Amino acid sequence: MKYSLLVLSAPDTGSGNLTAVRFAESLVARGHELYRVFFLDRGAATGLASAVIPQDEQNIGDLWTSLASKHGTELILCVASALRQGVLDETEATRYEQPAATMLPGFEIGGLGLLVEAMAESERLLTFGG
Amino acid sequence: MPEPEQNRTLLVFRQPPYTSSLSRSGLDTALAAGAFEQPVTVLFLSEGVLQLLPEQHSSKSGKRNHGKVLASLPLYDIETLWVDSDSLSDFGYVIDDLPDGAKLADRGKVEEMLACHDHVVAF
Repeated sequence: MKYSLLVLSAPDTGSGNLTAVRFAESLVARGHELYRVFFLDRGAATGLASAVIPQDEQNIGDLWTSLASKHGTELILCVASALRQGVLDETEATRYEQPAATMLPGFEIGGLGLLVEAMAESERLLTFGG
Repeated sequence: MPEPEQNRTLLVFRQPPYTSSLSRSGLDTALAAGAFEQPVTVLFLSEGVLQLLPEQHSSKSGKRNHGKVLASLPLYDIETLWVDSDSLSDFGYVIDDLPDGAKLADRGKVEEMLACHDHVVAF
């Protein structure tokens, strides 16, 4: 079955974000198609590379990055949410004259149109958090 | 070959305006769906009905006026704003307090909406 996920939970609050990445790993392991993961609102902080996670805690950003590198999963951060929370790719860092890009590998910045497209294309859309 | 049937999405708004950015992210999703001509139904539930109250003065909170964004929904072909009738009466408001386009949904209608859409996304 063709799935997309919408992640609204921040990586450092509650367990929604971790549940989402585990769910994503299980989907792929069971042979389902994961069309896209869209990170909106507080969820967009998932792509923040400059967050320093204590060593004895799970680094959820790394789990997403490895999902993307192993399976080519599309991880899209809503551009408005990402900018607001300081997650910038090279293009946005240059555009807004910020000192550096702050986005984890495997993520991309995109518009809400990509969420709308995922709604249209997927048989199931699951929301985590909110 | 006939066009495949489009997925229908129900967007449920449960958050009051201004306390978190989630209410705004939900509205932005509705606007994006309208802009890309995807059929969506919007339902205001629980504290979400407070998003619809008129005369919101948001400038002192430093936030964009939520009511003005809502008022632009008809431009994106979202004409009907469904409002859970129990939630509205819980807060002591009546349908005449709300903007044009707001329409009451009783329990049966809400259940039907939840059942008949392909996707339900709650904010």
